[in-house]
Amino acid sequence: MLPEFNLLTPQTLAEALDMLAESAPDAVPLAGGTNLIVDLRDRRQCPAVLVNVAELAELRGIRQENGHVVMGGGTTIAEMLNDPLIAQHAPVLQDAARIFANPLVRHRATVAGNLVYGSPAANTPPPLLVLDAEVELASQAGVRRVPLDDFLVGVRETACRPAELLTAVRWPTPAQHSAAAFRKVGLRKSDAIAVLNVAVRVTQRADGVCEQTRIALGSVAPRVIRARAAEESLLGQPLTETAIAEAARLAAEATRCISDIRGSADYRRRVTEVLVRRLLTQVAGEVK
Amino acid sequence: MQPKVVTLNVNGRQHYVALMPNVTLLHALRDLGYTDVKSGCEKGDCGACAVLLNGAPVNSCLVLAWQADGAEIVTNVGLGTMDRPHVIQEAFADAGAAQCGYCTPGMVISAKALLDRCPHPTEAEIREAIAGNLCRCTGYGQIIEAVQLAAERMSEGSGE
Ligand SMILES: Cc1cc2nc3c(=O)[nH]c(=O)nc-3n(C[C@H](O)[C@H](O)[C@H](O)COP(=O)(O)OP(=O)(O)OC[C@H]3O[C@@H](n4cnc5c(N)ncnc54)[C@H](O)[C@@H]3O)c2cc1C
Ligand code: FES
Ligand code: FES
Repeated sequence: MLPEFNLLTPQTLAEALDMLAESAPDAVPLAGGTNLIVDLRDRRQCPAVLVNVAELAELRGIRQENGHVVMGGGTTIAEMLNDPLIAQHAPVLQDAARIFANPLVRHRATVAGNLVYGSPAANTPPPLLVLDAEVELASQAGVRRVPLDDFLVGVRETACRPAELLTAVRWPTPAQHSAAAFRKVGLRKSDAIAVLNVAVRVTQRADGVCEQTRIALGSVAPRVIRARAAEESLLGQPLTETAIAEAARLAAEATRCISDIRGSADYRRRVTEVLVRRLLTQVAGEVK
Repeated sequence: MQPKVVTLNVNGRQHYVALMPNVTLLHALRDLGYTDVKSGCEKGDCGACAVLLNGAPVNSCLVLAWQADGAEIVTNVGLGTMDRPHVIQEAFADAGAAQCGYCTPGMVISAKALLDRCPHPTEAEIREAIAGNLCRCTGYGQIIEAVQLAAERMSEGSGE
């Protein structure tokens, strides 16, 4: 049995924001329920009011706008996997979607729920971080945009305020000469919580000199992090084996791993280094 | 908490039911007699409760019944019955893919969703399609064979 709560079903975004504001902080949005219903069952959360945002049209759809890809917060992981715009401009996000849970969960789970839940093991933050994504947050007070890197705060902690909805995720359409890659390490192929997640993106000049690097690491700190020192070490450099090895070492240094049932801190740190090295080597070869 | 009357279209039949907001689609369906939808973990881990919701395979234990108001729901018995089995169900029987049978309705739903979109799946695609369905009996081998068999029979035109 689930605990008792009231369930409100707004027809529009404005109505949803009013409902949330009226009952804040006792009201929480419900999207795919793949985190929230499980938490309710385990009594980890007992909100008095749920506001069903799963059907809101304003939270759906993926489009291009002023050099950006804009993806509604209500986009499901399954939709992400099948979307031609994402396939063209963010295949790295599809790599993460492909290993996300299993098909049954993917048809309900939304990107907003994945980001707002604030799990350090979540699969969409690493690719979205390397794409320089921002989140759009709406409340009765209006809309604000926050870089994803500032949005993620700690374990189960984000910059999303009570009565705010994550309406969209947006990122600049990546340059032609940019390539990205994602890898998740799990205890088995499908349906496993990440032991760690790594995403990288590199933009290179025609002569091979690196113009921009992004490295994002999941499950190695209280939130999904960027390895900034490692990113900066590659700036203005050709992506040689030595430069990549040094960046990978710096990335591993940026981690604050814990040991748990899925892996030891030491294992995570070492695999981080190996994966960052492999992914950087892979994308260095792919950039046009 | 106040009940509300919701419309559930299950296997082509319309039901109007008064339900509390905290009732999951899984329990709403079982209470309506669709006991082919099984309760396993009720946390999204096992897939025993899988149904098609507007054509998409989902865990009914993670959907609130109110969220399915007006939706089209298909359960395992909506595909076929003992007298008139669906090709997939027949293939499960012929391949010995059901032992205790608890996972079978959910497996059949995941297989149906796969074959609808991908009529000639590879073994890897079948494994991926049932990644959210746990089976504690068969070791999955016969289940994968059953889906392969169903795919073959469907493409031979003996299906649907
Ligand atoms: C079996 C299983 C396997 C899983 N595997 C993975 C996996 O491999 N990788 C992974 O990353 N996750 C996984 N998850 C976790 C979960 O599926 C994801 O985090 C999912 O994206 C959550 O989205 P949801 O729509 O279901 O959110 P919900 O459960 O509805 O909500 C989650 C949180 O987000 C809030 N919220 C939802 N929408 C909004 C919004 N628009 N604005 C503001 N707040 C909002 C809710 O209030 C709640 O706090 C798994 C879960 C299960 C049950
Ligand atoms: S009962 Fe729904 S997934 Fe286990
Ligand atoms: S046949 Fe018993 S769980 Fe699959």
